Amino acid sequence: MTEPNYASEPLLSVQDMEKHFPVTKGLLKRQVGAVKAVDGISFDVFKGETLGLVGESGCGKSTTGRLVTRLLEPTAGKVVFEGQDITHMSQGRLRPLRRDMQMIFQDPYSSLNPRHTVGAIVGAPFRIQGVQTENGIKKAVQDILSLVGLNPEHYNRYPHEFSGGQRQRIGIARTLALKPKLIIADEPVSALDVSIQAQVVNLLEDLQNELDLTYVVIAHDLSVVRHISDRVAVMYLGKIVEIADRKRLYSSPMHPYTNALLSAVPVPDPKARKGRERIRLAGDVPSPLNPPPACRFHTRCWKAQEICKTVEPPLGEVASGHRVACHFPENAVETPAATAAAEQS
Amino acid sequence: MSFLEVKDLKIHFPTDDGLVKSVDGLTFDLERGKTLGIVGESGSGKSVTSLGILGLHKGGRARISGEIWLDGEELNGASAEHVRGLRGKKMAMIFQDPLSSMHPYYTVGHQIIEAYRIHNDVSKQVARKHAIDMLGRVGIPEPARRVDSYPHEFSGGMRQRAMIAMALSCDPELLIADEPTTALDVTVQAQILDLMVDLQREFNSALIIITHDLGVVAELSDDILVMYGGKCIEYGPADSIFYRPEHPYTWGLLGSMPRLDREPTERLLPIKGSPPSLINVPPGCAFHPRCPYAERTQGKAETEVPALTETEGGHLVRCHMSRDERRGLWENEIKPVLETQ
Repeated sequence: MTEPNYASEPLLSVQDMEKHFPVTKGLLKRQVGAVKAVDGISFDVFKGETLGLVGESGCGKSTTGRLVTRLLEPTAGKVVFEGQDITHMSQGRLRPLRRDMQMIFQDPYSSLNPRHTVGAIVGAPFRIQGVQTENGIKKAVQDILSLVGLNPEHYNRYPHEFSGGQRQRIGIARTLALKPKLIIADEPVSALDVSIQAQVVNLLEDLQNELDLTYVVIAHDLSVVRHISDRVAVMYLGKIVEIADRKRLYSSPMHPYTNALLSAVPVPDPKARKGRERIRLAGDVPSPLNPPPACRFHTRCWKAQEICKTVEPPLGEVASGHRVACHFPENAVETPAATAAAEQS
Repeated sequence: MSFLEVKDLKIHFPTDDGLVKSVDGLTFDLERGKTLGIVGESGSGKSVTSLGILGLHKGGRARISGEIWLDGEELNGASAEHVRGLRGKKMAMIFQDPLSSMHPYYTVGHQIIEAYRIHNDVSKQVARKHAIDMLGRVGIPEPARRVDSYPHEFSGGMRQRAMIAMALSCDPELLIADEPTTALDVTVQAQILDLMVDLQREFNSALIIITHDLGVVAELSDDILVMYGGKCIEYGPADSIFYRPEHPYTWGLLGSMPRLDREPTERLLPIKGSPPSLINVPPGCAFHPRCPYAERTQGKAETEVPALTETEGGHLVRCHMSRDERRGLWENEIKPVLETQ
């Protein structure tokens, strides 16, 4: 496996990115509020690595993917790709960059045009970008089809002739057509059957090794994310609450929310259910229209104290590469806030 | 006789393209207070089975044969009218997607009251009280106020709770949950699974849980039935299925899942190919085109459907390989690879 290079400049750098969707009312579309889908997140993605982005529905992970690829316009903040600020770049100037940055979508049924053949779908990037290929587009497309494990002779078939797993491979083939550097995969396997999921996960890993790709994988399935990622970021209500390398995050999670998420995953082992202590979170995720002040998790957190309701915890580095936004992190010996609280009492 | 006994159940649908054998000879039983997990991928016939038990294919185009005995009463031969009387009271169902299974035009309370009053001769006030009580039992905050909410005003987890309240409003003795948590986030899924376990204990009902998630099944089930191409391919006590599985398909499912309780592996071990279409189920053993051991049967896998045979205390397997061969493979080839994961 090619090792990600953390010493170099990050391939993608996101700084204090925000996306607020306005909520309007009445005939004049007066703005009465905003859905704070993404509310100030920063992270770096290094060449050759896979960053996993996990969280429950409504936490802003898909919005983040769309902001990074500029399918949505950020409200504030900065997106830097290969040292170039692309936050407000015009569509015209962005187009050549799209070659380097591609997206895999969740639903292999709605993300392929049913009236186009596989050849047209996978060949579209070449035509749109005006890329010259040595032996013609058809040959290039067929090469990619065999790369993702599809029969190159299926060039003239339509999407409906394929199964779900094969369609997802077509989507991946289209993504790979122009040899991108960064691929954002938004729930790439969640619509697939268990046995097919494993095939696609393996394919993504093989392609990464072969083509030296960098992935941002957005998913809600914690076990898939652990399998595929080098580093993982956990999101809650538009914020990153914890980010660390995979091993640290899964073996010694520090944010109470990460702990709760991990303990909630059912384990395929009948004996485990008896000995296991599960953290039960009360209630639902609050609405991003009106998120709780300060620490957004305090309404459901069993460790919450006064300070959590008044002061927002920064995403601070507690160990090398392990950052967590919590006043009272788990698995930590000492934290500034905890010591301060102890002194006061 | 067990509380629920299904014998050689077949549900076939004639279509323009041919006969779809969604369920093809399924036999199982279930006692009160016990949970059966039915596992399978899409198109394996697991949901059709559940609708069949509830009698929801009656009057349609389906050709149903076999026997369904619920509490000493045969349901497949019974009139649609009679089965309708049992639905809701004796047996009930929790569907996967609560938003599309509830009527958007009526309040949640209205829908629970309606179900309750069909089976119980009570006034609206009494039924309303019962509905509020049920909503409170499944953990909906402020049930007296929420009873007048519409389904769209609930979050996904609350809707699923409301659906469970509706299903349990007449104390059914058999509860079928078809992918009850698939549409939910993990923390909410954990809440709903806990709730179902608590309620089952309280009502001592028989529970069938249908899912593709082996984790959910391990969490809840006493017995597990694995379906493939409309047939049961492995059936037995949960411990036996998880610790000594004998069918290559079950091995494949276990190898396909990344697991949080073990060290991460370099690679997953997927099953090659994809699940068969029910219109065109492969002849012989339906799994043979995807089975890595098919050639060990000297061609039998392609022509003969293997019988479901018992290997140990209530553990049934449908495979051409001999018991010793399967056990040898599991112990020497499959288990070591899965456990070093």
